Amino acid sequence: MAESKSATTPGTGRLARFGAWIDERFPMTKMWKEHVSEYYAPKNFNFWYYFGSIALFVFVLQIVTGIFLTMSYKPSATEAFGSVEYIMRDVEWGWLIRYLHSTGASAFFIVVYLHMFRALLYGSHRKPRELLWIFGVLIYLALMAEAFFGYLLPWGNMSYWGAQVIVSLFGTFPLIGDALIEWIRGDYFISDITLNRFFALHVVALPLALLFLVVAHILALHEVGSNNPDGVEIKKHKGADGLPLDGIPFHPYYTVKDLYGLSVFLVLFAAVVFFAPEMGGLFLEQPNFEPANPLLTPKHIAPVWYFTPYYAILRAVPAFLNTQVWGVLVLFAAVLLLFFVPWLDRSPVKSIRYRGPIYKTALMVFAADFIMLGYCGLKPAVAPFTTMSVIGTIIYFAFFLAMPWYTRIDSHKPEPARVRM
Amino acid sequence: MGEAVDRGRRQLLTAATTLTGAVGVAFAAVPFLASWKPSARAKALGAPVEIDISKLEPGAMLKIEWRGKPVLIVRRTPEMIERIGKQDEALADPASQASRQPDYARNPARAIRPEYLVLLGVCTHLGCLPQNRFAPGASEDGLLQADWRGGFFCPCHGSKFDLSGRVFAGVPAPTNLEIPPYSFADDNHLVIGLDPPETA
Repeated sequence: MAESKSATTPGTGRLARFGAWIDERFPMTKMWKEHVSEYYAPKNFNFWYYFGSIALFVFVLQIVTGIFLTMSYKPSATEAFGSVEYIMRDVEWGWLIRYLHSTGASAFFIVVYLHMFRALLYGSHRKPRELLWIFGVLIYLALMAEAFFGYLLPWGNMSYWGAQVIVSLFGTFPLIGDALIEWIRGDYFISDITLNRFFALHVVALPLALLFLVVAHILALHEVGSNNPDGVEIKKHKGADGLPLDGIPFHPYYTVKDLYGLSVFLVLFAAVVFFAPEMGGLFLEQPNFEPANPLLTPKHIAPVWYFTPYYAILRAVPAFLNTQVWGVLVLFAAVLLLFFVPWLDRSPVKSIRYRGPIYKTALMVFAADFIMLGYCGLKPAVAPFTTMSVIGTIIYFAFFLAMPWYTRIDSHKPEPARVRM
Repeated sequence: MGEAVDRGRRQLLTAATTLTGAVGVAFAAVPFLASWKPSARAKALGAPVEIDISKLEPGAMLKIEWRGKPVLIVRRTPEMIERIGKQDEALADPASQASRQPDYARNPARAIRPEYLVLLGVCTHLGCLPQNRFAPGASEDGLLQADWRGGFFCPCHGSKFDLSGRVFAGVPAPTNLEIPPYSFADDNHLVIGLDPPETA
């Protein structure tokens, strides 16, 4: 960004004049200042604040590797499976591009789950950041759709049956179910037609939606300013220059910090890509090394790990009145509840540092519960996992639905006026 | 009027324009949404199929594909037909009231002719393929107990169905296995996907 620098300190060099020429026609320097060099973030960010920028990096990685995969992939029922094998064996470095993309999908969810947990730790969803949180939940929803559509593309047997199970969920709705399923598939079963449209959604529609949502998420963040581990507003204490006393410019301070975090992330990420891209069947499931077979179900159908907490919730609800729509409704409710967290939380303080023991316990139990549900979702629906799923589902809903009550009666310590390092 | 702005008139015009635009958008959306419905080719490929059942042995099962789904054709022995209805109290929907089948298959045998059972091999829980476990008694893999009288077993989540594809109570699947429309072209030929002429 040598050009923009030159625009702030007027020079006479050729580069400076080029920068000025652009700035008269496009707000390059203005945007750089607003969002990077003069975006003041709290000075007390810690470990938990790495995951936003890492998520952004993984998003770019998925788009770049995805573009290169589409150059060799064929979205047709007869050719899809073979074209993925072709990428893995015959395309130069194709295996690396494909493993970066498949590992990137799992990494995306790990990073996003940690990023969301950070919000629950420090109350980053609270006023005035409700809309920022809502954009985030929308990103999470779009990401789930993106991952689901992408998982069908290799056309392995788990791709096929996983899609079969998820699409069947929409068939449980009374009256419209059958027509809805047929409309989603475009056929009487998951076929070439379904694969082709999932491909279109995966490579065009959802990436565009995600891009739009990520921009909205960052714009909302820069409008209200970042929260911090103390959960106090740095905008309340400004110096004579009008800048927050506890704020430091994003660049160079946090660009450098985030680059450090990114390099640690990349070491771990590369270790998985090169040494354990299948992650013992968690990132790439074994039945997916066989082509899709509509007449042969895999012995045990489990979605990829990042969906399993919700899969366990789905299975925890029994069918009654001759329909299993209840499980589907509870599943949707479990995700939709996330939108309401900013209003469910009634604590007078934001950060976990100043909250009482009840919220601290509730959040830790919830995190452990989410992991337990994810584990149950990977396992067959037999004892003890069925009982564990039911208990896990009750805890999941209790965490959110009882939040207005337990955050109000919980004790709290006084918040400091300014951030502490 | 003069220079004054007539706000009421402006509001009405804005509302009318918005409404007209919205109707236009709704109409323009129809072709895009309708393009997701099964195409003419998909419909043609989903046409009825005729199956020769003359070589199907009593007690044997034939698996064919129709509309991408497995269709199971079982030729039940008189002894198997005898076993149906001996455990109705353990079934969730013995009379097939809440299950999906053509009216001509809404009977204990769930068939036009009790000898031939035609089923979709798609578990009504989450679409897995149920296995045929026609032999009564406990199974070697321990999944079925001594009280088992033969039927279908879904390996995904353990749903059990009797020899007519009727679901047992207390398993994940909510309803009996679905029966597709079918008819007999003659004594040796089944047509899957076509109702018998007298019911059509």
